[in-house]
Amino acid sequence: MFAYVLRRVLYAVPILVGVNLLTFLLFFVVNTPEDMARMQLGAKRVTPEAIEKWKAERGYDLPLLWNGQAEAAGKATQTIFFRKSVRLFAFDFGASEDKRDIAAEIGERMWPSLALAVPVFLVGLAVCVSFALLMAFFRATYLDLWGVVLCVAMMSISTLFYIIGGQYLLSKLLHLVPISGYRGGADAVRFLLLPVFIGVVAGIGASSRWYRTLFLEEMGRDYVRTARAKGLAERAVLFGHVLQNALIPILTGVVAVIPLLFMGSLLTESFFGIPGLGSYTIDAIQAQDFAVVRAMVFIGTVFYIVGLILTDISYTLVDPRIRLQ
Amino acid sequence: MRAILVSVLLLCGCAEVWNDPYPASDRGQKVLYSVFSERPKHLDPAQSYATDESQFTMQVYEPVLQYHYLKRPYQLIPHTAVAVPEPKIEQRDGETVSVYEIRIRPGIRFQPHPAFVPANLALERRQVEALETPYGLALGTRELTADDYIYQIKRLAHPRLQVPIFGLMSEYIVGLKAYAAALKAAARPGDWLDLRQHALPGVERVDAHTYRVILKGRYPQFQYWLAMHFFAPIPWEAERFFHQPGMAEKNFTLDWWPVGTGPFMLTENNPNARMTLVRNPNYHGEAYPAEGEPGDAAAGLLADAGRAMPFIDKAVYTREKEAIPLWNKFLQGYYDSSGISSDNFDQAVRISLLGEPGLSPEMEANGIRMETSVEPTVFYLGANWLDPVVGGAMGGAAAERARKLRQALAIAIDWEEYLQVFANGRGVPSHGPIAPGLFGYREGEQGINPLTHEWKEGKAMRRPLEAAKQLLAEAGYPEGRDARSGQPLVLHLDTTTRGPGDKALMDWWRKQFARLSIQFEPRQTDWNRFQEKLRKGNTQLFMVGWRADYPDPENFLFLLNGAQSRAKTQGENASNYSNPEYDALFAQVRHMANTPERQQLIDRMVEIFRRDAPWIGGFHRKTFGLYHGWLGNVKPNEMADNKLKYLKVDPERRAAMRLAWNRPVLWPVLLGLLLAAAAVVPAWLAYRRRERMAARPAPARG
Repeated sequence: MFAYVLRRVLYAVPILVGVNLLTFLLFFVVNTPEDMARMQLGAKRVTPEAIEKWKAERGYDLPLLWNGQAEAAGKATQTIFFRKSVRLFAFDFGASEDKRDIAAEIGERMWPSLALAVPVFLVGLAVCVSFALLMAFFRATYLDLWGVVLCVAMMSISTLFYIIGGQYLLSKLLHLVPISGYRGGADAVRFLLLPVFIGVVAGIGASSRWYRTLFLEEMGRDYVRTARAKGLAERAVLFGHVLQNALIPILTGVVAVIPLLFMGSLLTESFFGIPGLGSYTIDAIQAQDFAVVRAMVFIGTVFYIVGLILTDISYTLVDPRIRLQ
Repeated sequence: MRAILVSVLLLCGCAEVWNDPYPASDRGQKVLYSVFSERPKHLDPAQSYATDESQFTMQVYEPVLQYHYLKRPYQLIPHTAVAVPEPKIEQRDGETVSVYEIRIRPGIRFQPHPAFVPANLALERRQVEALETPYGLALGTRELTADDYIYQIKRLAHPRLQVPIFGLMSEYIVGLKAYAAALKAAARPGDWLDLRQHALPGVERVDAHTYRVILKGRYPQFQYWLAMHFFAPIPWEAERFFHQPGMAEKNFTLDWWPVGTGPFMLTENNPNARMTLVRNPNYHGEAYPAEGEPGDAAAGLLADAGRAMPFIDKAVYTREKEAIPLWNKFLQGYYDSSGISSDNFDQAVRISLLGEPGLSPEMEANGIRMETSVEPTVFYLGANWLDPVVGGAMGGAAAERARKLRQALAIAIDWEEYLQVFANGRGVPSHGPIAPGLFGYREGEQGINPLTHEWKEGKAMRRPLEAAKQLLAEAGYPEGRDARSGQPLVLHLDTTTRGPGDKALMDWWRKQFARLSIQFEPRQTDWNRFQEKLRKGNTQLFMVGWRADYPDPENFLFLLNGAQSRAKTQGENASNYSNPEYDALFAQVRHMANTPERQQLIDRMVEIFRRDAPWIGGFHRKTFGLYHGWLGNVKPNEMADNKLKYLKVDPERRAAMRLAWNRPVLWPVLLGLLLAAAAVVPAWLAYRRRERMAARPAPARG
């Protein structure tokens, strides 16, 4: 398994270079260094000299990808792409265009993101699996039928509606929790109750319906019939056999997203005023802050690769027949 | 019995609110709660240039002058200076210079800060790394001196700072451009650049509390700049302190942690969530104004005359990126004031039959009041002077045709309708480049643009469309067709509005042009490309705006000065308008005091502007602010940013209102839980029944 993981880690290097290059190209197709300078310097009294100064100070006065004026290796290294990319592989993210240290920002903002995303993930998973098992247990009954109808209805509603509706109902009308905001420490619980509740509810429809399908597929297999034939209670069949065997497809979707929890939720953080990494990324895109966009895409890619490796490893844990080679 | 009592209490509500987003320790305190939506980019007074940054910086930094809070028109008064300096015109080295001698009041002290403790200027990296906030060290202070103001003026040329006004100031402050070059040569990467070691010829230290600024030629508007944070004092120790190793990695920089003498100090700087200003214990004190406009006394704005400011102990600014939570929290009493977005306008404002805006009954019932003011702004539909169809640079008959075309459009485009439809009436149609309330602006019948409006029944009425059609025919486009070729006239509007939500706006534009049978084609693009087009002069029609830096007509009239052409000099004249007579008058007007002669020359400039119509109409934006009844001394002041010290809150009244508005309502939750429990029962029974079945039917497919 070690060799397998090592190989996957080595594969990650060209993937990261490729993603970085793609991010670079996409960003600079839309924005030029001059655009970035103007965005940072504002719309008033901006002189060409100020723009040149801004670019020179941040290394945007170099060619993008190829420096025909430089000598030998300098043709590739004396470029914005090389200068801005090479340090990423040492996880040195540098400073944002407004000169705030990106690593410090990420260190500060990852906690609110995790405080929101982890409960949504764990509670959501528990609720969805339970609900799906319940529907599978009552398959072909009115409970199952209405459960599926409810799932379809819930997955058809936009997340934005859940957020605005939840804020209106629970905070504006019932005055139970703050509408938005965030504070650290134990005080965070009051602010997280509503977004976590909404995050869980918004995810029930799609996930439960998918898990139900997985469970029903397993319940039609011979080993389930055997288990029933030997007199096991339905509860034991469901939790002891069906759930365990349905875990592989569930893990495929679930483990891969665990590292991405760190990246935050763009919409929820924005509406609930949670100062996490999701809103950090959105702010950076709006401000044309290439340093932050590049760092966040890089981190997101690393986490996605880590998530996929973890998924592979998790297969071996739930199914002893699988060997990673 | 006890259980029933508890249940009843729960159902009826509680004696405390649950949705209060602030810590319990804040309750009953004189704290002001406000919001910010955009994360500030700079809090360094040399680099900051945005209004949403000034709401923080101007509470901390004190320039030598400030605007009178209550008087209108806006009036400069001393702040830390003893008096408003008057320039002395002198001859130095054969050149005319203006010398501003500024004397500051002695005894003013800086806020408590670690930079004023000598030991804190030689910290080890591990000490810095252990800090949670810069205020985690021993704090000190010292007296404000003229050197601190001089140091900041030198910083305007700092090679590592992006100073937005450097270009402008280097044209006036003697030696500033050469000083920037000298500093650039002296700066070594990583080293702190001690500006005290480098002399700037345009600034002279007279004594510990007096300094002079020497400007090339005459520049009376410099007084206004002296009221802005660019000319606030910076202690050299603060720069030195934040330059220590490890500080930048923790985001401890002067750009993020201001150090000043003002009534407040920034103690919490989390631009992602919250900024907190607390009262500066070393504040020198200032009395609330005793004079104002007529009507201020009746409005209770002079009740605190002579009392020492500030009246609040803390101001908490929370970041709200979305309008819905902001508005709801304002209605719940968790923000003391709010603007009005288009979505909430109908809930907050009722327009009377006479067209006057007033508060809705719901707002009035909650003790909310509304203040309106016209911003020193102008938003206009510009015609590119370099364009062969709508411009004027080609001269001769073609220019005359284009002029009549612009005049026709200026009549036909109904800005009154635009403001009603897209801004809920929050704006005033412009009749000239100068915003209302400023010297040079004329009110009433005298102020209307006779080309586009006529005075009827005591108000300005847009001239009939026939007048526009007549001008269009004279321009050579009868019925919207080129009389020579017979081709329809097509005009292009360059715009950044391109989302699905902007369709209504584009339809409105199309309708305006269609009134003259002109075909309208929007050229929708992103902000970067739009700016690039303006810089290159590749537009035809476009819409942009300007907010004045100071309340002088020069700050609007220069937007039409030929020397400021965007395409030629990258200046602020986005329409690239050029008229030698206008430019000659501008050269006279810009350096004059506000005299009747100046007004006369401005009138002539406005007349030229109206005739040439390089801006095809526009509007001056109007702000509507809502304020809870517990917030006092509120008066809109569009020029002053240091307004926090004037405001007062009544925390008891606020607490009572919050309690009344936010009692938790629990019965729906209990009802929901009961229903959920009831739903479990049949499921449980079905489960039991299945478990007890002797034989099972074949499994059904799901």
